Amino acid sequence: MIYLILFLEFFKIGLFTIGGGFAMIPLIEETVVAHGWLTQGEFFDLVGVCESTPGPIAVNMATYIGSQQGGLFGSCAATLGVVLPSFLIILLIASIMKNLTNTKAFKGFMEGVKPVVTALILATGVLFLVKAVGFAGIGKFDFDPVAVIIFALVCGIYFVYKAVAKKKISSVALIIISAALGIGVSMIFEVTA
Amino acid sequence: MLFLLFMTFFKIGLFTFGGGYAMIAQIKEIVVEKNKWLTEDELMEIIAIAESTPGPIAINMATYVGYKKKGFWGSLMATLGVVLPSMIIIYIISLFLDAFMENKYVAYAFVGIKCAVAFLILRAGIGMFEKLQKKTVPMLIFSAVFALMIVFELLSVSFSSIVFIAAGGLIGISLSLLCKKEETV
Repeated sequence: MIYLILFLEFFKIGLFTIGGGFAMIPLIEETVVAHGWLTQGEFFDLVGVCESTPGPIAVNMATYIGSQQGGLFGSCAATLGVVLPSFLIILLIASIMKNLTNTKAFKGFMEGVKPVVTALILATGVLFLVKAVGFAGIGKFDFDPVAVIIFALVCGIYFVYKAVAKKKISSVALIIISAALGIGVSMIFEVTA
Repeated sequence: MLFLLFMTFFKIGLFTFGGGYAMIAQIKEIVVEKNKWLTEDELMEIIAIAESTPGPIAINMATYVGYKKKGFWGSLMATLGVVLPSMIIIYIISLFLDAFMENKYVAYAFVGIKCAVAFLILRAGIGMFEKLQKKTVPMLIFSAVFALMIVFELLSVSFSSIVFIAAGGLIGISLSLLCKKEETV
């Protein structure tokens, strides 16, 4: 019964990974390789696709693996499995949250956690940027001028729009513009190369 | 309201590239600044809770915001909304993956999208940094975590961010219990 196996395996992945999509990658890899659903190489390709398509990475991976193994119903079973643990746990926390947030200990906890979350997000942003411009590890730097130009253009558009229109450009608009810039700048480089 | 929750999170799911952290920028823009469903502080709480509970951050956030606005059905609609775009898109991609990745223009577009994603995450992070209390303990915690994240990544050490959250939380709790005046924390 492939649907049940998909559901249970992804339920386990959803239940035991704390810290979001990136933390799930090793556990999903273990599971799919153990079942022979994907080879390690295929799995790394899939991570690339899931990182560059919209939505939560874990949902993307569950949908893809489910679809490969059990078609449309397989993708539904795997996605339901990966979502359900979070959904139930957060419902539980949200329903007791009012009392929880007023305690002194929780306030102290939050004061300690805020700088951690800020640092995690900033570090992730820095790492995204250096990887986008071609960094692949120490000594493995494959400089990509296209990415540098696009990043500079994106910054420019953001600040010019903010100065002229007196409000922030929406993230969605910025992503659509950046996709067009990606195609445009890459083609210019292709022609001149 | 239920439909609005569904549509809002559908849009967030549809236009967020790069996973949970990238989604924080979107949620901040739409849920906090535009719809005013949450305050900045509540968002910080949810991020910490989403980070320190199992599962994808986006699902945790959608469930929490949905529950806060409209109870169980709200959480169901918000979660369904945030999941559905990925499911539809990846299901279609899974049928044509090889042809999709070989398309030159798709690859080009992703070069641009990656840059925008990095910019959006950095912008969200800088915004949060500006709101941090510029006191010794938070600044020390911030610097230590930031430096460790970069070093671990450079050395390809896999390290769960939950450890940082737990450590930060423990320091915070200890200080709040040890010091009588909250200002000293």
